[in-house]
Amino acid sequence: MSKPKCWQDVPPATIAWGASALDVETGLWRSMRPVLDQNKCISCLKCWLQCPDSSIKTSEEGRVCGINMFFCKGCGVCAQVCPVNAISMHQEADFTNEKREHGEDPGRVAGHVK
Amino acid sequence: MLNKRKEMTSGNLAFAEAMRQVNPDVVAAYPITPSTEIPVKFAEFVANGMVDSEYVAVESEHSAITACVGASVSGARVMTASSANGVALMHEIFPIAASFRAPIIFGLVNRSLGAPVNIHCDHSDSMPERDSGWIQIYCEDAQEVYDSVLLAVRLAEHEDVLTPVFVCQDGFITSHCYEPVELLSDEAVKKFVGERKAKYPLLDVDNPVSYGSFTMSEYYFEIKRTQIEGMNNVPRVYKDLTKELAEYTGREYPALDAYRAEDAEYLIVIMSSATGVVKDVVDEMRERGIKAGCLRVRFFRPFPAEELKKLAKGKKGVAVLDRSASIGGTAPLAAEVKSALYGLSKRVPLQEYLFGLGGRDLYPRDAEKVFSGLMENDYSDTARYIGLLEKDEENGGN
Repeated sequence: MSKPKCWQDVPPATIAWGASALDVETGLWRSMRPVLDQNKCISCLKCWLQCPDSSIKTSEEGRVCGINMFFCKGCGVCAQVCPVNAISMHQEADFTNEKREHGEDPGRVAGHVK
Repeated sequence: MLNKRKEMTSGNLAFAEAMRQVNPDVVAAYPITPSTEIPVKFAEFVANGMVDSEYVAVESEHSAITACVGASVSGARVMTASSANGVALMHEIFPIAASFRAPIIFGLVNRSLGAPVNIHCDHSDSMPERDSGWIQIYCEDAQEVYDSVLLAVRLAEHEDVLTPVFVCQDGFITSHCYEPVELLSDEAVKKFVGERKAKYPLLDVDNPVSYGSFTMSEYYFEIKRTQIEGMNNVPRVYKDLTKELAEYTGREYPALDAYRAEDAEYLIVIMSSATGVVKDVVDEMRERGIKAGCLRVRFFRPFPAEELKKLAKGKKGVAVLDRSASIGGTAPLAAEVKSALYGLSKRVPLQEYLFGLGGRDLYPRDAEKVFSGLMENDYSDTARYIGLLEKDEENGGN
């Protein structure tokens, strides 16, 4: 990854690498984290339908099996629409020790080339 | 190949004829007076199989320019046209086109912005777009429109520029008046404009790119700076291009058109079609021994500040005639001229005027009166109005 140090090194035309959205860790913006209780979940898929970031993971059988923390921005829509209260919202700060997958900083995408 | 033909044609039809000869890949347009003839005539070319272009009929100007941006970043050579409120509806997309470095060629036929609804010429539609990051060329007549389309294609697509271009002409006055226009052969145009070779075409699946990715304060500023650089390169690139086209046409167009200006004592600075009236008056005054001159600003973006400063230096008086207002501030042309002259160590007296809003004509007597004002050292701090219905005591009894 090359991160420019001056404007002359910035690519023209707001150009980034192909399919750049897949690499951008929008989850960096999250301050509240949804936590799924598999025991309560009935896999009605309301959360899957409503999630604006397509972050609800589903199994091959089409059952809800988790939430993608790389993209989830913590908007809480999933928790709101859940009819059985299987999703609860928690402070992101409570999870600081957790290992997580790192991606591209969303603030820089068009400013550097791969 | 240099077989030229002379035709009686209009600014709109000359623009459309240039489009036919350029044979762009994509045209997406939505008709609006007075630019309507451009897409109408071009649609006819498409229907009759005279061009290979994909013509996209859309439901609004916003969609027209959006389709143009999509096609342009895909690597296509793209052209469109619009006027007045159509241009205003496109506004949101103009800065995006410029930032995507999409070299779109745009026939902007100047018409006053509503309200009140009015179809005639002033520059209130193009001037709000002066900060959109597009190049703006203002033409005096239909011949210049034709030549400018060819120049604009090469200028916009030049690797060091990659910036879209507005080719502006005055609604009805230029767009609908018939005059003799010399047209190049199809082969000559083809040779001059060549083929577009896009640097980062979206359709190149072997070298995939994303356009318009999210970018915050980390790099937004730097991306804007690269755009500024593209615009800064225009004068250098354009200078070579106008020379190159002159080998075909015999006509060269400087960014700032100076008419008997070098030895003049009094200057009128103006744009587009009304320049003809001023040039005539300059000739008449010269016959009477008065050293009058005229500067026509052809490129408004990038603004030819250095040339203007050089030509206005040491003059006894300069009048700037704006065809659009910036209500509550200095009109666009006057603001640029004043800014350019700030660097002179000896101040040049300057009077601002507004004229021609909503298509009101500028007469020779008007230009004479402007020159008389300069000669009588009659200046006011605020802009004066030419041809406005007003009470006698206003406007210094003008």
